[in-house]
Amino acid sequence: MKPAPFEYHAPRQLKDAAELLARLPNAKVLAGGQSLVPMMNFRYVIVDNLIDLGRVDELRGVAVVNGALRIGAMTRQRDLEFSTDVAKHCPLIAEALRHVGHRQTRNRGTIGGSLAHADPAAELPAVCTAYEATVHALSVRGIRQIPFREFYTGFMTTALTADEMIAAIDVPVWRLGHGHGFHEFARRYGDFAIAGAAVLLDVGADNVVRRAALTLFGVAPTPVRVEAAEARLVGKPLDAAALRAAAAAAWLVEPISDIHAGGDYRRHLAQVLSARALNDAARRAGVEA
Amino acid sequence: MGRQATRVTVNGKSYARVVDARLTLADFLRHELNLTGTHLGCEHGVCGACTVLVDGRSARACLMFAVQANGCEVTTVEGLAPEGQLSVLQQAFIDNHGLQCGFCTPGMLMTLTEFLRDTPNPSEDEVREALTGNLCRCTGYAGIVAAALDAAQKLRAGAAKPGAS
Amino acid sequence: MGARHFGARVTRLEDPALVAGHGRFVDDVKLPGLLHACFVRSPHAHAKLRGCDARTALAMAGVHAVLTADDLPEPMRATPLPLLLPNPALTVARTQTALARDEVCYVGQAIAVVIADTRYIAEDAAAAVIVNYDVLPAIADCRAAAEEGGPSAHSDLKSNIASTFTLTYGDVDAALESADYVFHEALWQHRGGGMAIETRAVLAHHDPVSDLLTVWSGTQTPHIGRRMLADLIGRDLESIRMIAPDVGGGFGPKAIFYPEEAVIPAAALKVGRPVKWVEDRREHFLCATQERDQYWDVGIAVDKEGKILGIRGRMVHDTGAYVPWGIVMPYIAATTVPGPYVVPSYQLETVVVLTNKVPTTPVRGAGRPQAVFCMERLLDRVAHELKIDRAEVRHRNLIQPEQMPYEVGLIFRDGKPLVYDSGDYPRGHHQALMVAEYDDFRERQKAALAQGRFVGIGVANYVEGTGLGPFEGVTVRVLPSGKVAVATGATSQGQGTRTTLTQIVAEQIGCRIEDVVMTIGDTAAISQGVGAFASRQAVNAGSSAHVAGVAVRKQLLALAARALGVIDADIDLEDGVATSRRGNKPSISFGDLARLAQGIPGVSLPVGQSAGIEHTAYYTPTQAAYCSGTHVAEVQVDAMTGGVKILRYTVAHDSGRVINPLIVDGQVQGGVAHGIGNALLEWMQYDDNAQPLTTSFADYMLPMATDVPTCAIAHVETVNPLNPLGVKGAGEGGTIPAPAAIVAAIEDALTPFGVHFAETPLTPERIVATLRSAGAYDRLFAG
Repeated sequence: MKPAPFEYHAPRQLKDAAELLARLPNAKVLAGGQSLVPMMNFRYVIVDNLIDLGRVDELRGVAVVNGALRIGAMTRQRDLEFSTDVAKHCPLIAEALRHVGHRQTRNRGTIGGSLAHADPAAELPAVCTAYEATVHALSVRGIRQIPFREFYTGFMTTALTADEMIAAIDVPVWRLGHGHGFHEFARRYGDFAIAGAAVLLDVGADNVVRRAALTLFGVAPTPVRVEAAEARLVGKPLDAAALRAAAAAAWLVEPISDIHAGGDYRRHLAQVLSARALNDAARRAGVEA
Repeated sequence: MGRQATRVTVNGKSYARVVDARLTLADFLRHELNLTGTHLGCEHGVCGACTVLVDGRSARACLMFAVQANGCEVTTVEGLAPEGQLSVLQQAFIDNHGLQCGFCTPGMLMTLTEFLRDTPNPSEDEVREALTGNLCRCTGYAGIVAAALDAAQKLRAGAAKPGAS
Repeated sequence: MGARHFGARVTRLEDPALVAGHGRFVDDVKLPGLLHACFVRSPHAHAKLRGCDARTALAMAGVHAVLTADDLPEPMRATPLPLLLPNPALTVARTQTALARDEVCYVGQAIAVVIADTRYIAEDAAAAVIVNYDVLPAIADCRAAAEEGGPSAHSDLKSNIASTFTLTYGDVDAALESADYVFHEALWQHRGGGMAIETRAVLAHHDPVSDLLTVWSGTQTPHIGRRMLADLIGRDLESIRMIAPDVGGGFGPKAIFYPEEAVIPAAALKVGRPVKWVEDRREHFLCATQERDQYWDVGIAVDKEGKILGIRGRMVHDTGAYVPWGIVMPYIAATTVPGPYVVPSYQLETVVVLTNKVPTTPVRGAGRPQAVFCMERLLDRVAHELKIDRAEVRHRNLIQPEQMPYEVGLIFRDGKPLVYDSGDYPRGHHQALMVAEYDDFRERQKAALAQGRFVGIGVANYVEGTGLGPFEGVTVRVLPSGKVAVATGATSQGQGTRTTLTQIVAEQIGCRIEDVVMTIGDTAAISQGVGAFASRQAVNAGSSAHVAGVAVRKQLLALAARALGVIDADIDLEDGVATSRRGNKPSISFGDLARLAQGIPGVSLPVGQSAGIEHTAYYTPTQAAYCSGTHVAEVQVDAMTGGVKILRYTVAHDSGRVINPLIVDGQVQGGVAHGIGNALLEWMQYDDNAQPLTTSFADYMLPMATDVPTCAIAHVETVNPLNPLGVKGAGEGGTIPAPAAIVAAIEDALTPFGVHFAETPLTPERIVATLRSAGAYDRLFAG
């Protein structure tokens, strides 16, 4: 299973990378390679020009910028896993990373690569959906900011144009003391989820929910926010009944069916995992429900 | 079309070659450098038989190109111990029946070398989780887990380092 | 004198090279001038071939040849691969030609082969070969294929039924009619592939000077391979050497002879350079043989005590598009059902059906897991209906040790009456239950339930016919250097053949382990061989090693006695030295004895002395050696997600006298892992057009380290009276009853919901769907 031939480019400057992507025919950027290279080896994807971003230092790093965590697209998943900034400011990301593939894939895999690959069962796209992250899309025309709810346009399809690459992601930080919950069901450790739920809850001292985000992944063709569930929570006291009602709303998401699982099962898991993630988030937010 | 120079340090020795851009790191090691200890079991990044260390971190050599490894330090199973010797971990595999056909073994050793370096006192569950990126069809993993725990204990007790990093 | 090596946990001789990365697998073998092959394979499950255009491919730089069927030598050009296991019940004895000629009958069937400078270029060229197909309807489901009027798997066949046979003894109709109770089960069983981590590989090299064709193949059966190749390529057996070097796992699929093993040598002859083909994983999913679906409809008749009176049923078996190993696998399944139980009457009709999928041949267990699943699910049903404890109902039906040797009433696949030679099934059964703390389990279960956890326990027993014939040979020869050269037709794909045979030889002749130099899997080293399958090598090669060792021992004693001036009985052999017990205990090394044994040119040997110190033995078993075991699985089920975790796994294993407990335990543990895969994970899926859907390790799931607990293994050794070592086979026992025990445990865990399972793999989705139908979630979501 050898890939078809291609020309290899290894720019060191971000602007050179953008220029190559704009100019070269049938060009793709190479991030961690953990998703793209298998597809090239299977020859499901034929690339004529491979632009390796591995030497573009500007694309790596984690920093806190204006109340958001700015993460360079080429930041390795393993570095995110051990980042104190991520653990402190975006604990949902830290938790999700424990489920992302295996050590070897996290050593090379990047956040940008995962987001661009857009597997509906992937964890990082799901948490970015929960956080309503912003994607910085770079091309020779400059940087375009894409709100995350607009980033996925369909099954494994992003809003990036052919000459755009992800340069960075801004993840807004939720109020200190917010609760997070993350549950997925996979057949084996580290497998892509059959279904999963990522939850963020901001609960006031009066036990009233100020903000809520419930994202389902693996269920629909893209990660999806269950707004009906969030509506059942926001502005109301957080108790067991509210959590159950919110989890039940997961039933409303139209599920996909494939060789790994049918739609009915995914729907069922969506509800079960939403309940578990909501309960964890409530507990972490300091609420005994 | 697509020939490129690359310089890779493998097991401490530097190799400068001109290769096809699409030549994977695994094939480069196996056929260009004749280090056939790194094995190919799937070529799509699941089985882990091709695991090597790249700049000290475990990676699937089937998912990297030799040209990507330009300037990197790669460690393969052949580099875990000097010629004629075995690392503590390698010996532990022998002592604990941690291999049968031996095909997945180099990948297991590279993964565990990194793991034990970073987690010197692991629980059995942690060892098993660390091994999920490496598939074995022969052993049922029991001997491999026993070998890892045995090596961890011996390394903590002050034996030699668990191989090059 | 106590055994020194036999029965010892000797660490393996194979290991130092393997852990250092110095194994020598087929793809590690490098030859000057080597070219690489890539096959052009059918993307259709069923199609007529209307010609092939390779002009673009041939014009590509680095491409040396593109061969189709007509480019192959006679007879392989048009003659199908030989049928290795004929059977009068096999009415459609169809095998494929080396390269397809007129029709392809499964996705992946090879049509042409590209020979190029590198595999990379060969793949480029293969993609550029244009093949014209007339696509035909394909049949995927074996039940549908067994009916009339549907698509034919082969366009010239009106019926897809390759074989129908019924095995029966006793009056099963009377039993079912007169029984107090009769229960029926409908079972779907799926097993997948062997899925060794090393894929197949073939390297062929023809030396024009010696006219020797050398073939390295990742095969379990090099002697058989050589024989098949000789017939197909039209050469003398002696002009072909086949070598199985280090092989990265076998598990059954590498025991058969594949088209590629004929085409690659033909290609090497044609282009005049060595040619290597290394299968990639996708090809392996398409074209390496596997097991697959069986559908069982069975009824069991019992009395009020739950004692079996008879079993009757029908089984439909998907054999794929061709039958390279005949009907061996379904036949084994049909004869294994009675197992360790007294089954007074029995009838099973088996229908073997062709479909447009890759052929079905034995995978570790070879049909026995399916038979055991059938029997054990029936017994669990009896237990449930009669409200008898599951272990107890088994206990009541087990064959007792005093009934050995026990005649079942069937003919086994070895051609002999199914007679269990030895075994103590109740002892193994009780030992496993004891180690698993079965008696305390209900308390554990109650305590878990109080915490909202669903845990369950399952028990399964099996009997396995191992050590199948016809023979396996070993040559033992003492060299003037003092080394002991051993050659055998046995092979190794990880089962430690080298180590176990060395132990046996060293034990007998008194040399050191490190002085044994062994050649395995090489047709040049020993004239006849069979190879690894059916857990046969410990019995056959082990016995031959013993017999040859005994003979060589006699020769050593006689020579030493003569040299040292004493009688045989006064000689001790230890660590490669023969020492007299008399006088000042003079000694002579094995090496010097070997030199003496060569004699002096022109001078006759003393009377009674033979040439050199060597002996070749071909042990031929009279029948299979029956080993047995009991598995106990303890699981926890997440009733909300259907997720299953195996908490604890216990095995009581009887494989006769154990040569190396380290190796036997490893085989059991590895087998259990495979069984866990079959029970919960492994599913080779096809669509209605027989297109394979699971073609990578991302889709087809093998168990990981987090899926397989370390088993508690108890050994029961009942000596096999039929071979000199008293051994039985050990390679497959771990796999055979695992799905039965695990599914039983899952069902037990979910007893509060009254659900029943009758399939493998049993997926979380199925568990949830079954719970939903039983109304479980009305309760669970409320709480």
